[in-house]
Amino acid sequence: MVSAKSPFTLRASYCGVYTTAMRVSELPRPSPERILKQVQAEESKRWGAKLKLFLGYAPGVGKSYRMLDEARRRHERGEDVVVGAVQGQQSEEVQAILRKLEAIPQRQTPEGEAIDLDVILRRAPQVCVIDPLAAQNPPGSRHAHRWQDVQELLRNGISVLSSVNLLHVEEYKEKVQAITGKNTTETIPKSFLLAADDIVIVDVPPDLCLWRQGEKLSSTGISNSQERQLSELRELALLLTAEVVDAQLESYVHAHGIEPVFGTHERFLVCMTPHSNALAMIESGERNKERFQGELYAVYVCEPGRSKRERVTIRRYFEAAKKAGASTEVLESDDPISAIVDFARQKRITQIFIGHSAHNSWKDRVFGDPVLRLIRAAEGIDLRVFPH
Amino acid sequence: MPESADTPRGSLKVYLGYAAGVGKTFQMLADGHAAAQRGVDLVLAYFQPHARPDTIGQAHGLEILPHRKIEYRGKIFEELDTEAVLRRQPRIALVDELAHTNIPGSERSKRWEDVQVLLDTGIEVWTTMNVQHIESLNDQIWQITGIQVRETVPDGIVRQAAEIVAVDVTPDALLNRLKRGAIYKPEMVERALSGFFKGSNLGALRELTLRQAAHEVDLRQSAYDETRGFQVPRISEARPSGAVDNQPKERILIHITADPSTAMLIRRGRRVADYLHADCTALFVHQTPELSQLPAEERQAVEKHLRFARSLQIETRILAGIDIAKTVVDFARRNQVTQIFVAHSQVGLLKRLRGKNFTEDIVRLSQDLQVTVVADRSRRQASQ
Repeated sequence: MVSAKSPFTLRASYCGVYTTAMRVSELPRPSPERILKQVQAEESKRWGAKLKLFLGYAPGVGKSYRMLDEARRRHERGEDVVVGAVQGQQSEEVQAILRKLEAIPQRQTPEGEAIDLDVILRRAPQVCVIDPLAAQNPPGSRHAHRWQDVQELLRNGISVLSSVNLLHVEEYKEKVQAITGKNTTETIPKSFLLAADDIVIVDVPPDLCLWRQGEKLSSTGISNSQERQLSELRELALLLTAEVVDAQLESYVHAHGIEPVFGTHERFLVCMTPHSNALAMIESGERNKERFQGELYAVYVCEPGRSKRERVTIRRYFEAAKKAGASTEVLESDDPISAIVDFARQKRITQIFIGHSAHNSWKDRVFGDPVLRLIRAAEGIDLRVFPH
Repeated sequence: MPESADTPRGSLKVYLGYAAGVGKTFQMLADGHAAAQRGVDLVLAYFQPHARPDTIGQAHGLEILPHRKIEYRGKIFEELDTEAVLRRQPRIALVDELAHTNIPGSERSKRWEDVQVLLDTGIEVWTTMNVQHIESLNDQIWQITGIQVRETVPDGIVRQAAEIVAVDVTPDALLNRLKRGAIYKPEMVERALSGFFKGSNLGALRELTLRQAAHEVDLRQSAYDETRGFQVPRISEARPSGAVDNQPKERILIHITADPSTAMLIRRGRRVADYLHADCTALFVHQTPELSQLPAEERQAVEKHLRFARSLQIETRILAGIDIAKTVVDFARRNQVTQIFVAHSQVGLLKRLRGKNFTEDIVRLSQDLQVTVVADRSRRQASQ
């Protein structure tokens, strides 16, 4: 691993640049998702239970069918499958599959229905189908939300197949609402999705999705405003799935101790120095991040002997970088070029942004222009040199 | 070509996956059945004769057109019979594997060229391909998987598609299919497991597919918005950053040389230009007074690169100049270029001694321009 022998250290106080924002709490540590995933994985691993989610961007993409079709195939291969919850409206194909599978009826209360957790736990199947995942349990239930029921099933060694609509992911609720005007009260935290063992996106063109909802079919790409809205949701769902896959890839790389895979996702690194045009680089970085749906980082390699004015400038750059949505870090090293390249490799950077050196110092004349040295050192990474 | 000016072009739909066996063909055939049931005049024009049993079953009930049989070196190969489809004139033709290279002796060398002929006559085509066959991704795929894909489809062909459908399956499920023998014959499974199906490759290719599909969806939204003047809060660009949207249009200039790394540079330039909605031009500068005075080998390499750039819809320019770096930079300034793309492989002491270090010279000369030094993505892989 790169981190084990990394020549750069994070020693912010030394630099006199960053006094308040860099605290121990900001040092690299496992994300909440990873912790949750570890906990869930450890609990369910004992039993080999797995959670598989089928994500769709809107009703009518065919999530239920894809999920139930997998349940049917598993049933036919001899796995012990039950259905714990089904959607109200069912197509003929879905009904045909449901007739082949054992159902555990939902618990009915005057305030609504809920999956019958106790019955399912007693029945102890290998796999339980829960369609959909987003549902509020009636008052008096063991858990407020159905996704918490699912966690209990997993803890008890029951694998779960379940379906989710983008609208019901907490972090996407507002975005979806802004596009469609549709609101929901029942949401699932995104961390729950990131912690799933498997996630599959069920993707169909918007016109087909609308056709299943009873509209006519156009089949020429986006042809009206409803399709335009759905297309926006579709893009979000694809990117969300890509994010989950990226997180899984990272866990795989960690678990197997192999070299990080990079190039699947654009990640930009802005190198800030007091005499570079850092604001232009940050602005361009932000634009690139948006366009590529990528990630933005900004670093400063701290050097001793910076004047007060230079420190003030750098602090201003840090603020601008944060505002642009960059993850910022201060690196300390005697060798700024290696520090940058090592940081870039660790973070799987695909493009480094660096400013032209304004003036040739005596060091540059002896050791060569730092920009040219970085070009030679940053093998495998694109380097974008900005005007001063 | 038997088309008239008023025949509307057929639309193209691409089922995009990340490996053999993810279910692209199966999904296409399933959608084909659904359309046929609605009464759409649809034919299955080509699918792998050695397809997987599930897939063959799914083809049952569709109208299947005969393939063209071509003899090559004593063996019979089956190809798409473009003429047969034209004679039949269906509303929709299903053609598997867009990236396929036809056997020598076929009329056109690539299947995507056959598909162009069908589209030109107004036939709608549905087809399948994997993300690794997209031309501009070629180097990234090499960097990620260590495998160089030979059969590619120009980005412009994919861009024509009215619809892209991402066919998704988890790598675990795919590996199960592979091990059950549902994808390859037993003798090929081992090879697959040590190639594309190895370790983190599937996850990485899957992520690329999802991101590519999202990008394609995004491009189609922009195209729709431009024609309709559509007003919807664009989530992907609606972050509170006023400066971001008022940027002048970017112009990318790609510096072409005879160096083999130029192909990589062109692909990367095309890709970045697409994402940034930038204009893209490629420039070759020769030191000889006439292009024809270049050594034959160098001229051929350069011409190949210029053709390749044009095939990716990049405008090409050729200039004479004694000082190559200065000519490139002056051209960039005259033409309001915002970014010059140069290759990394022309960096280094040896190149400098041979006077071929254009990259460093361009960087040094263009203090007022952005220069992107594009990494040699094959070399990192080789050093792993």
